[in-house]
Amino acid sequence: MTATLGSPGFLRLLLVVNAGIPMLLLGFDTARGQLGTNPPEYLIRTTGMLTLIMLVITLTITPAMRWTSTPALIQVRRLAGLFTFAYAGLHAAAYSWFDKNLDPGLILTDLVRRPFILLGMTAFAILVPLAATSTHGMVRQLGGRNWKRLHRLIYLAAIAGTIHYYLLVRADKRLPLAFGLVIAGLLVWRVRRISRSGRSQSRLVGSDSLQ
Amino acid sequence: MLVKKSGDIGENEITEEKNYLNRRNFIRGGVLAGTAGATAILYRRLAVPAGSSESATEAAFPDRKVDGEELTSYEDITTYNNFYEFSTSKEDVAREARNFIVRPWTVEVGGLVSRPRTFDLNEIVGLGVEERVYRFRCVEAWSMVIPWLGVPLAKLLSLVEPLGKASFVSFQTLFDPRRMPNQQTRVLDWPYTEGLRLDEAMHPLTLLSTGLYGRSLRPQNGAPIRLVVPWKYGFKSIKSIVRIELTDRQPATTWSRYAPEEYGFYSNVNPEVAHPRWSQARERRIGDWGMRETLPFNGYADQVASLYQGMDLRRYF
Repeated sequence: MTATLGSPGFLRLLLVVNAGIPMLLLGFDTARGQLGTNPPEYLIRTTGMLTLIMLVITLTITPAMRWTSTPALIQVRRLAGLFTFAYAGLHAAAYSWFDKNLDPGLILTDLVRRPFILLGMTAFAILVPLAATSTHGMVRQLGGRNWKRLHRLIYLAAIAGTIHYYLLVRADKRLPLAFGLVIAGLLVWRVRRISRSGRSQSRLVGSDSLQ
Repeated sequence: MLVKKSGDIGENEITEEKNYLNRRNFIRGGVLAGTAGATAILYRRLAVPAGSSESATEAAFPDRKVDGEELTSYEDITTYNNFYEFSTSKEDVAREARNFIVRPWTVEVGGLVSRPRTFDLNEIVGLGVEERVYRFRCVEAWSMVIPWLGVPLAKLLSLVEPLGKASFVSFQTLFDPRRMPNQQTRVLDWPYTEGLRLDEAMHPLTLLSTGLYGRSLRPQNGAPIRLVVPWKYGFKSIKSIVRIELTDRQPATTWSRYAPEEYGFYSNVNPEVAHPRWSQARERRIGDWGMRETLPFNGYADQVASLYQGMDLRRYF
């Protein structure tokens, strides 16, 4: 069964299909004019929500790899990250176009005056270099260690993105808080793993020096 | 004794590679189709655009415009609503509120008046319903143009004869968590209350609305009776009113209690004064893709600006 479902090629297909479906449906709905009463607001809100969902899925892949002992999952992490970037790009584009009429002056004013816009744009800006360095070539060029360090920035993007969402909600904060909780949990898992592996490494170094 | 050779496993008992691959593809196909279906259904359930309600009503209102601006469609007005008593999601309010029963309904009017009185809804309608086409500007920077039906609030207030020391009016929405299910949550401090200065309440533009597009109000629009104050942000136009009280002190109002730095008592539409988190300079008229400039007092400055003569509107936002 693992061989059947855990193969890298199949997992990639699975991710592309499932992460692509909302984009496809959103595209269909847009083309058919079925975005409800306030289409621009609907597009901005839905792409933002999909960005956060894809971000959480991306962050969950490494832990899921350990928990399910499916190392091939690592093969889809990059794709998940790229889908996160794509949804974030649509979200930023929809905001700039429909809310700000593609006017750089208006966007700049927003960046200066509205903390939630600044946080959202920061999160998006962080995703840009991560997407740009996602190819095998770039991983090799940067070296695994540097690449890993750079890509830990995704947590910063996740935190900024969640606060961005929290700040724009008027009263019902349950959903942004839920996102925050999940991301915090994943971050704690990461930090504990890193500190544990750091300790075991230093133990190894210690035993080496004894010999 | 014969030793059993491997060859004794019949040729037909070995799974052919072809079949093995078929079985594998079958499982993969199933998983792919299953998750794809589940994702599509999940997406459809989580992201529901507002829409679909009768729109035949509009036919009776051909080419009605206010200052050259088109009326918002009946469908849009009845499917995109902020009414936290039913749901915090604008798209869900119509569905959550569809079984809300509004008869019988009374409005108790009291406080600093010489003739306190409880009005039956029919009595209020009996005061004479007028049609008023107003712009409606939400604090969230979207807007509509709505043909309301209603009674000027001044008519009702003069019947109860406000006392000389009365200078404010407070309004209260029904509190009944069984009928307004989201009141079971603590999203806001229920019951919803709003308030006006007495001169704002007596202003001829201020309406107690009982309908729109020639029909009775739907629950999602604040049935059976709501306030409409067209020069203020929408949340001032409190819905499903059960009590009106005249006071000598500025009443506490729900949103300004929730976030005093974000929602002032006056909350007049003002493009110059931003909400702390977003701009109020522009708004999206429902039906448009882009944004348009927001007008001071929502375009009613000629009629109401004099009410605020000499007041610092940045301080009293």
